[in-house]
Amino acid sequence: MAKENASWREANIGGIVLEAGSSAEYKTGSWRTERPVHDAQRCTHCLICWIHCPDSAIVVENGRWVAFDYDYCKGCGICAAVCPVKVEDHEHTHQEGKVIQMVMEGE
Amino acid sequence: MVMATKVALDGAHAVSEAMRQIDPDVVAAYPITPQTAVVQRFSQFVADGRVNTEFVAVESEHAAMSACVGAAAAGGRVMTATAANGLALMWEMLYIAASMRLPIVMPVVNRALSGPLNIHCDHSDSMGARDAGWIQLYSETAQEAYDNTIQAIRIAEHADLKLPVMVMQDGFITGHGVERVEVADDKDVREFIGKYAPEHSLLDIDNPKTFGAWDMYDYYFEHKRQQTDAFSKAMPIITAVGKEFGSRFGRNYGIFDAFEMDDAEMAIIVLSSTAGTCRTVVRDMRKQGVKIGMLKLRVFRPFPAAELARALSRVRAVAVLDRSISFGAHEGAGPIFMELCSALFAAGSDAKVVDYIFGLGGRDIFPQHIEQVVHDLKEIASSGKVKSQVSYLGLRE
Repeated sequence: MAKENASWREANIGGIVLEAGSSAEYKTGSWRTERPVHDAQRCTHCLICWIHCPDSAIVVENGRWVAFDYDYCKGCGICAAVCPVKVEDHEHTHQEGKVIQMVMEGE
Repeated sequence: MVMATKVALDGAHAVSEAMRQIDPDVVAAYPITPQTAVVQRFSQFVADGRVNTEFVAVESEHAAMSACVGAAAAGGRVMTATAANGLALMWEMLYIAASMRLPIVMPVVNRALSGPLNIHCDHSDSMGARDAGWIQLYSETAQEAYDNTIQAIRIAEHADLKLPVMVMQDGFITGHGVERVEVADDKDVREFIGKYAPEHSLLDIDNPKTFGAWDMYDYYFEHKRQQTDAFSKAMPIITAVGKEFGSRFGRNYGIFDAFEMDDAEMAIIVLSSTAGTCRTVVRDMRKQGVKIGMLKLRVFRPFPAAELARALSRVRAVAVLDRSISFGAHEGAGPIFMELCSALFAAGSDAKVVDYIFGLGGRDIFPQHIEQVVHDLKEIASSGKVKSQVSYLGLRE
């Protein structure tokens, strides 16, 4: 493992990353300006959001939607765009729309 | 003594002979203009089964260098060759090859960057790439181009460097001029370059690694500093490889070649084939008692600042011959002049330095041009005054 805050003498030559899978250490959640919110009551667990998420930020257990992984979710909104299930009164936003909706980060 | 064969070869073919003997794992190159006979001849060696190289004929020089980057990251010994606008099209990837510390070796046949459209010799192509992070070796003759190409493999792959190397020769003058070249025995060349054992390789699937990863403000700076550090270690390695080459093949190589410099009061600094013309003039002038000498630069990157300042410490007037212009630079000077001036200033020298731009787009340079330079130097040395900091040789005024 490369040393945190390595000096130029310590850093790997040419920026080569010597460990596999180290992108997991790079938390991209701070890039988010909008955040997806989910209506657990009406979700059909079709997992179309899980298929489309480009950052593997939909957590699934036993074939069921469990959570968004906000450490990695960049707030791109693809999950909300592809979600096929309509709701009249969303559990979090109280808006008409889909099971997954986007809200401003911090709201 | 090693076996060698004396043959008549032009500079391009001499380099393709070196490439055949090096037998790189991968050569990726663009096969048509502005490509030179270096790749034409080498691809014939591939077609004839005389090398084991995987030859990738790509759609552009940008793709050529990209394929070289990939192949070198995979752990291969990788070469390509180009010239002029072909080198310009590689620009982006030159920096990536260097910053990923991939020891790619690339013969460059120096030719003008168009436009207006021109394909003849000057140094604007490789001089434009001088900050890209490649070691640059310049060759006076076909023999030197051949020898430098072989040495470049050892220099590039040195564990302390891991830097790509460009090996230059003058387009048409050297590239197409047939000379007597001593081609060493294949076995001796292979022994000299040895096997390439990269420290890291993408094909080492038991130890997966990432090359060219995201490198932000938190690490990019450190990696740039490492590149500078590698360049600071390059000069003794280039010298040692040149010495070892000399003891094995009988032709010694240093950082630059000093001719009649021992008691010189004036000096000319020059690259590549024009050194031959200068040497003749210096020899003639010496017969007339003029204390003039010549330094033929072989290594331009890293720039041998301290070494040149030492070699010029007793010289009163220096003329630099630049075959390219750094547009908008001080008085429209060329890159060698600027580098030399900063080297001499840092060393506290009070020598007067003047620059001569010459030979752009293949414009011929004759002994009488160099004689004019010597005449100017004599005046500067005696008066201590410089009339013109940057002048032009062979330009219609």
